[in-house]
Amino acid sequence: MSEANRVLIQPDSKVPGLEIVAPAGSPVMFRAALEAGADAVYCGLQDETNARNFPGLNFSVTELTLAAVEAKRAGVKLLVAVNTFARAGGFSAWQNAVDTVATSGAYAIIAADLGVLAYAARRWPNLRCHLSVQAAAGTADAIRFYAETFNVRRVVLPRIMAVSEIARLRKDLDHAGLDMELEAFVYGGLCVMAEGRCALSSYAAAGSPNLTGVCSPPDAVSYEPSTGGMSARLGGYTIDQYGVDQPAAYPTLCKGRFLMDGIADHWFEDPVSLNAAGMLRDLRTAGVCAVKIEGRQRGKAYVSRVVTSFRQAIRDLDQTEASRPLALSDLAEGASETVGAYNKKWR
Amino acid sequence: MRGKLELTLGPVFYHWSEERFRAFYAEIAASPIQRVYMGEVVCGKRMPVTEATLAACADMLLDAGKTVIWSTLALPASARDRASLSALAASEDEIEINDLSLMANRGGRPFTAGPLLNVYNSESLSVLVERGCRRLCANIELSLDALGNISRQHPGLDLEIFAFGRLPLALSGRCYHARAEGLHKDACRYVCDLDPNGRHVSTLDGTEFLAVNGIQTLSWGVQTLTHSVQALKQAGVSALRLSPQAGDMAKVIAAYHAFTDEHESLSDLHKRLAQAALPGPLIGGYWLGQPGAKAVG
Repeated sequence: MSEANRVLIQPDSKVPGLEIVAPAGSPVMFRAALEAGADAVYCGLQDETNARNFPGLNFSVTELTLAAVEAKRAGVKLLVAVNTFARAGGFSAWQNAVDTVATSGAYAIIAADLGVLAYAARRWPNLRCHLSVQAAAGTADAIRFYAETFNVRRVVLPRIMAVSEIARLRKDLDHAGLDMELEAFVYGGLCVMAEGRCALSSYAAAGSPNLTGVCSPPDAVSYEPSTGGMSARLGGYTIDQYGVDQPAAYPTLCKGRFLMDGIADHWFEDPVSLNAAGMLRDLRTAGVCAVKIEGRQRGKAYVSRVVTSFRQAIRDLDQTEASRPLALSDLAEGASETVGAYNKKWR
Repeated sequence: MRGKLELTLGPVFYHWSEERFRAFYAEIAASPIQRVYMGEVVCGKRMPVTEATLAACADMLLDAGKTVIWSTLALPASARDRASLSALAASEDEIEINDLSLMANRGGRPFTAGPLLNVYNSESLSVLVERGCRRLCANIELSLDALGNISRQHPGLDLEIFAFGRLPLALSGRCYHARAEGLHKDACRYVCDLDPNGRHVSTLDGTEFLAVNGIQTLSWGVQTLTHSVQALKQAGVSALRLSPQAGDMAKVIAAYHAFTDEHESLSDLHKRLAQAALPGPLIGGYWLGQPGAKAVG
């Protein structure tokens, strides 16, 4: 890595140096994120090359190019996720996506697949590359491999790491002489499994988070009457059951209720979503420079509220000792929130 | 077309007792399997507990003329995990890599890319081959068509597939055995040793579904093959990996041996496996590009 390419991060606790990285599933949502004060916005193209490949979501090539212009004008970083693993024999779709990002004027590409990273580094050496959470790179050695091999400049951290582990990672990276930017998820859907290392959805239903960008895909979901209420199913497997008066949630596999030793419980993860607003200071101290909000599928009202709240929370970091809790719980899945793995007790 | 399909034995995913490990590998020493992958792949906390036993078993297998390949931890977390992986990465012996942490220190020495790596296409594989990868044990999600495509771009590479056993579906930071027993992962008391094939998870209406093994989630169903030897060879497959399960592995090995060496049919293989006290039904959807849980037959 040349000296000129390095971005130096000053983990000075006096500087509110936390960049907000907001999701955009559409141009409308992108503008809402901009208006709410996001420092960076991430999006994907309308195909299987990104990990939120849902109908009606994502950007056409023209929309992406326009968004890149708008983002530049606003001084906001546009990040484009090409972060699924390329289908064998179908690499040209991922290659095209990389070319599109490189020529769109976007700030950076977010990728995970070794082949996609290699192509981007070889064909577009000046394209800034961020390592997707889908690569699940949580050690200094793994990150060093990606930095040395593909000139990766930022790593989106696995959501299964505790803050203490992130701090340790930062030290290891510094020790290895790597000025790597670290980005951490702070809000939205929570994967309980190591991202990119989970085939639960494809075991039960067609499609695959890693390969086609869908987890618990809508076309495999059904709601069927069962004894005393309703069963929410995925690929024919009951993921949860609800009484007549209970609202039925979307059957995301790892948030389901199952039987173990005859006891029904959310054995993998409760239907909660991540809210690490109370840990922003700790994350910053640990050496994180950017905080990411999940939810490209959630719409403009969501991104507007979440970004505004986090903007305020980051501003408050240097004003008050205790962070104010964010009033966002009505947006959470199952209306409850967790700090997830950032607190080691979660395990 | 190359010769016979090779049979290999994958690493044990479960936290077995010393007695179970010793009895199991004694059986393997006397089996026709030549290439044996060993090592703790799932949980770094288990490594100090099982290390000595596994090393002794490896010696026994080497004495029996087997090739032993050390298979590495899939999700290194602690400083101890990382240190032990760095040491393995630097070793001259061939190893199986299950996490890219090892690449930084491998320095081009030969390795097998394990099934827990995300190698889904020939372009990704090229990155690893340029850095010493000699063999790929394919990711479980790959269909036979995808394997054929990958092998055509890498004709000289040994291609192994996960041909038998509960499928390793997911890894987490959270330990499900500890959670189920009301314990914290950091003080887990190694309760995963209670279930030598993982703990069963079924749906609320009683359909058997998954099995948890510490931080790992496996399929309830037991993976087998859905294609003939000829079709596998045509797709470039050169080796079949059998993943150890508690139960009658000798019968499992005999069934696959008859399939690869004595030209028994696929349905004979399935019939023989049905006699082997398997922990779940036979599945094979991934080979056909379908949900992995799809039953065979």
